[in-house]
Amino acid sequence: MSTIQQEASARANAVGNVWVRRGWPWLACLIIALLAPMVFSSGHDIHMLSSMAIMMVFALSYNMLLGNTGLLSFGHAVYFGFGAYIAMHAVRWSNDAVLDGTGYGIPIELIPLVGGLAGLFFGILFGSFSTKKAGVVFAMISLGIVGLVEASSLAFTGFFGGEAGLFGDREDLNSLLGIAYGRSLTVYYLMVFWLVVCALLMYLLKQTPLGWMANAVRDNPERAQFVGYSTTMVRFLQFSLSAFFAGVAGGMFVLVEEIVTDEAIGFLLSGEVLLAAYIGGIGFFFGPIVGAALVVYLESNLSAVTDAWLLYFGVLFIAVVMFAPMGIVGILFQQWANFRAGGWKGTLPARLYCAVATLVGLLGFVCIVELAYHYLRSWDPGRPMTLLVTTVDATTATPWLVSAAILALGLGLLIFHARPMLKRAVDAAGGGK
Amino acid sequence: MLETIVFSLLNGLLYGMLLFMLSSGLTLIFGMMGVLNFAHASFYMLGAYFAYTLGMYTGFWVALFLAPILVGALGAITERWGLRHVHQHGHVPELLFTFGLAYVIEELVRLFYGTLPMDYRMPEGLDFTLFTLFGTNYPAFRAFVLVVAVVMFIGLYLLLKKTRAGLIIQGSLSRPDIVAALGHNVPQVFMWVFAFGTALAALGGVVGGIHFVTEPGMAFMMGPIVFVVVVLGGLGSIPGALIASMIIGILQTFVLSVDFSIAHIGAWIGVTVPPDHLFATVWYLDSTRIAPVLPFLILVLTLIFRPRGIMGKREA
Repeated sequence: MSTIQQEASARANAVGNVWVRRGWPWLACLIIALLAPMVFSSGHDIHMLSSMAIMMVFALSYNMLLGNTGLLSFGHAVYFGFGAYIAMHAVRWSNDAVLDGTGYGIPIELIPLVGGLAGLFFGILFGSFSTKKAGVVFAMISLGIVGLVEASSLAFTGFFGGEAGLFGDREDLNSLLGIAYGRSLTVYYLMVFWLVVCALLMYLLKQTPLGWMANAVRDNPERAQFVGYSTTMVRFLQFSLSAFFAGVAGGMFVLVEEIVTDEAIGFLLSGEVLLAAYIGGIGFFFGPIVGAALVVYLESNLSAVTDAWLLYFGVLFIAVVMFAPMGIVGILFQQWANFRAGGWKGTLPARLYCAVATLVGLLGFVCIVELAYHYLRSWDPGRPMTLLVTTVDATTATPWLVSAAILALGLGLLIFHARPMLKRAVDAAGGGK
Repeated sequence: MLETIVFSLLNGLLYGMLLFMLSSGLTLIFGMMGVLNFAHASFYMLGAYFAYTLGMYTGFWVALFLAPILVGALGAITERWGLRHVHQHGHVPELLFTFGLAYVIEELVRLFYGTLPMDYRMPEGLDFTLFTLFGTNYPAFRAFVLVVAVVMFIGLYLLLKKTRAGLIIQGSLSRPDIVAALGHNVPQVFMWVFAFGTALAALGGVVGGIHFVTEPGMAFMMGPIVFVVVVLGGLGSIPGALIASMIIGILQTFVLSVDFSIAHIGAWIGVTVPPDHLFATVWYLDSTRIAPVLPFLILVLTLIFRPRGIMGKREA
């Protein structure tokens, strides 16, 4: 059989399997999402899962800008925040209508849609002038807009509720399906519903001509213009639609938290969604989903375990930017493709050796950071502290020396022995990576 | 009235000069490397903290020189082993790198110094009243800050315009490829400029930490405003940065010190808006609450209508 025939038959097989190939991550995610509350069943955990769903929608909408259109925004929380505030006003208005018995109000299931429309409105408003240029100009304008909005949120207390924020009550809303949403688990399944709807829509949007043109505008705006497309228009459309989904996330946020403050609209949240999308991997549709899950998990659990969680967070981000610009999903995908292509053959021991050396270095780093936080930030540094499996006294030199030795060992092995060995093994196996 | 205007001008001048100390380095870095250095204000903060720590052992005057040098060395390390490594992936990762760095620096400062403000004071030699105007004292330290900033501006100007190093830097600002073709080591120029820029920011921190407060939030407070100055002044332009700093500094101080709202104009021409009207919030909004909005408004308007800023040669 000639190569062309082989390729043709392979393609026919691929077409047959296309639903399986494309569908399995979706199905896996859905099953995980539906079953997760069985494992993480405490109130804190359910709240965390709901926050994850919100962050996933938000990070996916952010990736419509950064990953698909190449627009780096520092102010995406503006659309999340406006969505949240207007959804909150809708909730309060509906609360009044329901409690007074004067009207039906907006049903709880559709509150995220209200947020989405609000996001869309402000996306069109701000996008109309900020998407004229890409690159640094766009990034700076987005920075200006988020600063503008965050500063105004304290000036216009009527709309933003001032420093105390705005409250609403999800239990005093009508439901389309007649469900009472008092329990956080019920709300969680509503969040999953909206997550699935939004993720599917965003995925399908990526497959439309607009989605492809967005990629073209990202990669080579000049050529896209020569083909006859208005790059400004493509950016504007992507921006507005992305703002819509950010607004939906804001509306979901209101239902889970039942309070919205100026934290929902400012710099910090804008930075957080950027971190989430980038750590996950902006080149892959599932990247932001993984990133959002990781970021929310770390935020809600790591902060209980260690005081140093923000530092770990920053270091993780820098490490991803420096060594894995494709993100976590990118790394996994690359290794998987490599494995499928047989690139691991003969290099497996070297790879494992590299991984172990990295882990050892990481262990040393974590020990030093924990010791430092205990020594410098604790009220009584002499108090014995639990470090992994042992209990040590941070005021003596021994734990510091041991930790430094572990760190040096890991890094030293990695840089001077493991990586050269991996490189030799890869070269010997004949290229690949 | 005259008193308010004079003191607003003096304080605005001071604030503007502090902004200039921060933004002059950033505008060089930004103009040359195209890197929107988010960590720039963090180096300003490090300058303040280092000067505080060093000052306890060496006194203020030695720390004034030593702290910027130390921070400049850190800047060089950041460029050499951080930014340069990320540079190959493109501009966005570079920017994200500095973004993450700002996070980490703030956390490290919290780790080593805690979250409370430091007791970082001016040296006793500068703790006297320079002159009294309208019954209000003007401290000598403020004049000292102005002097430092002016000396820095003149030094920077001479360095860029009159020396060979300045010539190379200026060349690298507009056409790094040609400068490289002429046999200069452009990456090394980048490293020096980055180190120099962060050292200038640290110098601003040494005096700014005394004038304001030295606490972990100080970087985040200054960061966005410095971007506004750089964009308004024009990328890579030192005189532009000076003018923009003055504009922002004086404008913000003025708005904070006068009590003013649209309602005042309304009352003057005989229009009033009832307090329960839809536009009442905007109508009665006093200027002190507009102050934090202003720089960002200027940033957005500049980028829309004049993306190259006041003195910039090319667009952002």
